[in-house]
Amino acid sequence: MNREQVETNLPILPPPKEKVTFFQWLKDNLFSSWYNTLFTIALSILLFSIIKGTLTWIFIDADWSIVTSNFKILMSGQYPAVQLWRVWLCIVLLASLLGFSSGIWNGTITHLSIFLGSLLFISGILPFVSLETRIWTFIGLAILIVGHFIGKKIPIKKTILIGWFLLFPIAIFFINGFGVLPKVGTNLWGGFLLTILLATVAIVCSFPIGVLLALGRRSKLPTIKYFCIFYIEFIRGIPLITILFVSSIMLPLFLGQGVELNNILRAMIGLTLFNAAYLAENVRGGLQAIPRGQYEASHALGLSSPLMTCFIILPQALRSVIPAMVGQFIAIFKDTTLVTIIGIIDILGMAKNVAQNPQFLGQQMEVFLFVAVVFFLFCYALSYTSRRIEKSLGVGER
Amino acid sequence: MKKLSLLFLLTLFLTTAIIGCSNEEASSEEADGNVFELVKSRGNIVAGVNSDLPGFGYVTSDGSYAGFDVDFAKAIAAAVFGDAEAVEYRPLSAQERLTAVQTGEVDVLIRNTTNTLSRDAMGLNFAPTIFYDGQGIMVTKASGIKTLQDLEGARIAVDTGTTTELNLADTFRLLGIEYEPVVFDGQDQVISSYEQGSADAWTTDRSGLVARLETLANPDDHFILPNVISKEPLAPVVNSSDSKWYDIVKWVVYATIQAEEFGITSENIDSFMDSENPEIRRFLGLEGELGSEIGLDNDFVINIIKEVGNYGEIYDRHLGPSTIFNLERGVNSLWTDGGLLYSPPFR
Amino acid sequence: MNTTTPFWRDKRIKPILLQLLFVIIIGIAMFYFINNALTGLKRMGLSLSYSFLNSTASFDISGDKLIEYSATDKYSRAILVGFLNTLRVAILGIIFATIIGVILGIARLSNNWLARNTSKVFVEIFRNTPLLVQMIIWYSAVFLTLPLIGDNYNFANAIFLSNRGIAIPWFKPIDITWIWLSFIVLGIIGAVFTWKWKIKQQVETGKRKYPSIWVFGTLLLSIIFPFVVTQSGPFTLSIPEINPNGRSFVGGFVISPSFGAVLLALVMYTSAFIAEIVRSGIMGVNKGQVEAAQSLGLKSSTMLRLVIFPQAYRIMIPPMTSQYLNLTKNSSLAVAVGYPELVSVGNTILNQSGRAIQMITIMIICYLTFSLITSLLMNIFNKYTQLVER
Repeated sequence: MNREQVETNLPILPPPKEKVTFFQWLKDNLFSSWYNTLFTIALSILLFSIIKGTLTWIFIDADWSIVTSNFKILMSGQYPAVQLWRVWLCIVLLASLLGFSSGIWNGTITHLSIFLGSLLFISGILPFVSLETRIWTFIGLAILIVGHFIGKKIPIKKTILIGWFLLFPIAIFFINGFGVLPKVGTNLWGGFLLTILLATVAIVCSFPIGVLLALGRRSKLPTIKYFCIFYIEFIRGIPLITILFVSSIMLPLFLGQGVELNNILRAMIGLTLFNAAYLAENVRGGLQAIPRGQYEASHALGLSSPLMTCFIILPQALRSVIPAMVGQFIAIFKDTTLVTIIGIIDILGMAKNVAQNPQFLGQQMEVFLFVAVVFFLFCYALSYTSRRIEKSLGVGER
Repeated sequence: MKKLSLLFLLTLFLTTAIIGCSNEEASSEEADGNVFELVKSRGNIVAGVNSDLPGFGYVTSDGSYAGFDVDFAKAIAAAVFGDAEAVEYRPLSAQERLTAVQTGEVDVLIRNTTNTLSRDAMGLNFAPTIFYDGQGIMVTKASGIKTLQDLEGARIAVDTGTTTELNLADTFRLLGIEYEPVVFDGQDQVISSYEQGSADAWTTDRSGLVARLETLANPDDHFILPNVISKEPLAPVVNSSDSKWYDIVKWVVYATIQAEEFGITSENIDSFMDSENPEIRRFLGLEGELGSEIGLDNDFVINIIKEVGNYGEIYDRHLGPSTIFNLERGVNSLWTDGGLLYSPPFR
Repeated sequence: MNTTTPFWRDKRIKPILLQLLFVIIIGIAMFYFINNALTGLKRMGLSLSYSFLNSTASFDISGDKLIEYSATDKYSRAILVGFLNTLRVAILGIIFATIIGVILGIARLSNNWLARNTSKVFVEIFRNTPLLVQMIIWYSAVFLTLPLIGDNYNFANAIFLSNRGIAIPWFKPIDITWIWLSFIVLGIIGAVFTWKWKIKQQVETGKRKYPSIWVFGTLLLSIIFPFVVTQSGPFTLSIPEINPNGRSFVGGFVISPSFGAVLLALVMYTSAFIAEIVRSGIMGVNKGQVEAAQSLGLKSSTMLRLVIFPQAYRIMIPPMTSQYLNLTKNSSLAVAVGYPELVSVGNTILNQSGRAIQMITIMIICYLTFSLITSLLMNIFNKYTQLVER
């Protein structure tokens, strides 16, 4: 970056803009040649009929009562209603962190907070949610906005950073209770809450394992290196569902009697082990991108290998693979739906259950579409973020 | 340095979180062959049940479990702890249920499970049958199917991992009828493919057919074929490693049957407290030490009957004439009424 | 002097010690797990032998079967049925996903605004929703809600849409099909050589030699010739009909609801990813190449074919390989909609025989073989197409 500044002292002016009229634009973009015109017309007709059909169905034909009357169990499963404030507290905490961060850093993260804000706002004004939900969403929204403005004034970076690191343990603490608060065991976690928890646990717990595997794969010690290669390639070679079978059926066998893990914890272990292999490959990509000079320089400074890895290599490597890791998070987030196959009731499992309720027969499309939209919103927001980060880091640009 | 310390902090909290997560379930004491001790120290029993079979095991709208099978889990809890609510329910699918007992994930499985030799040999023990069932087939009235022969070329939906799947293949192989099985993992998909007409028929235990019939959109449009194509004695299952625990489950089931034979119900049990009949006195633990011989309180039968009721009461509550199912007792009557329920003497 | 460095910090000994420690830890962990598993199995009275594969399966498999199978067959044959079904859905899926993905990828770079954005929306929708959700939507909300077989939609009494499957006319080989096939294969080989020959001539002489017309001619010849020889078409067309009992289709090719749902879901999902790969592959081609091609006055279709694609697909091969592998692995989700592929059949056997460890091992081995073979083939292909560095 510095070099560029030195080279160009003069401000770079953008090329003069051509004046594009509406018709010119149409001609350039839609009707540039006879086949393009034909294609545009055909595609417009097709798209028009599809969009018209979809909109008619959504607003006229579809009966959304299956979603509206099961909204609570789709989102939080059998989590006791009187304890739901704990989940809300976590969301409010997240909102405040996002708000502060967006105020302080004011970059990509602002887009994420806008996303969360609009999500809270929309769920707050949905006609069928309870008053409690409404109150909580607006508390979250208010804190998000207030946090943003406070963050702009007082940049308390360190506190917020620590807050981000503590978010996950605090959330787990509140959601479970651990006996300090009335305990809500994992067997009561369900719906979208469970989906998010499964994905978060998988990504957070697999992070250290993935980094170790990636380092191990580049190790000079053959046993460690080949063990890591074997693990990574083995896991990447088999489908997630077989790993979930292993964790749900074979894990109790391997652990022997006496160690009891319920099926949700077992699924978490399976997802973590699976995700670690993919994460390791991402991190390895980052490690490989580090120029040799960095290693040589740190050796020249007399740093020992572990110190060099911790302070020089990993920070750079991890920074450059953030987009890839967000991509991996999206992947594992989508993949958590597979736990339905081993009998865990996440949002998809819950949707399947309510679709069978005789009261809502024939409304499968509505409920599954709802699930798809929920996933789409989150995944799209995340992939958008990852692209923004990619741009701001300048990764992938030559 | 700051980043490093943050990283350390992160790992620290992660570890605590993970340990915290697993701590709730982890019970490091060696449980091998000691299910009963484990149950007692835990203070409740973990029962594997069905969550989507109306009448037998299902989740009510307030999120609690109910049904015929569930009541037997409650009876066991009442016998062990004097509290029918000391049960933690684990909804299990057809295919994971047996593994759950084998690995000790659940203490007892009461989930319309058929007693068979090969299952018994898998390290499991079957308590006395609580429901004598048989496999049936449901078709629509409009299809005009009246007998098994009419099912030539039909698509029949069936749940995978069940004895039902095997019986279906056996029966049609024997009759030499070609059919096309449509196999699903889970009863729900079986029924939805049948209801939407993608399959001509669906098959499961007759009790299950009756129970599900009432939840179909138009129960009157459907018809259960009279043929019973298999024997399905449904029984509670425990791990074979602890014979003491097996005895308890076994005698809890017998106690409900014996209570019906004596005519003792949850309503009238107090009038039996001063009974002169030595058999009844022994049964209720007013005399002798029968309960402590299997490791329970002597009055465990009283707890069962007071908290849950006798076999007839359990049956009527969930399947009897007052319910939508109105299922005939049939072979599930006492031996004195020509049925198959027969309890060995309590002495 | 030499005692100042303790032996464990010796540069030669330290790595060995570290590795020893690592091996010991892994060994202990493995021993612990395997020991537990063996005790557990012993307690349950289960063995680790694979002899159960020879016992009778005694369960039936739903409609889609590539080879004959009945309940009297052995477990091993049931696994084979599942394995072939996985292969079938994977191969068809890869073919269709590639076609659709390439079209979408090119459309994303089209100068037509509508095409560009339609493709973008398609890609974003399909890759940002879970595959399993898509599969279940296709299955339970699309295929199962098609009309009953009695009141199917049909087109010219040849294509039927019903909730028992989609029946389409299909080729039925007759005894002379092989003659046709061999002539057509010969024709294709001939066409390739003619093309190369004519192109070479064109390059050498600088005159137009109309290679495409020559190729067309060769291919036409390979069709006319067998027709003259055999005096009949290569196959008969089998047109589906509804079985008299009104429960199934006879003839044609029947796509069962579960197969249709699995295939569609896999194709849509994977093609969204392939589109992105194609797009970035094309964008990855050096800008100078495009500009050079344009300044030579090449048409955009010619440029795409002769300049961009040959360079782009070198970039595309590695990520495409991993997408193909993903598609194969993702076909295992078919267990959720009852399509009898490897995992689905394996799962049934696992339940019916109680041999969990053996069945999971078999499944894992099958998938690892798929993965290894695919990566091997793609590596060979990759080497073959790699630029020879000068």
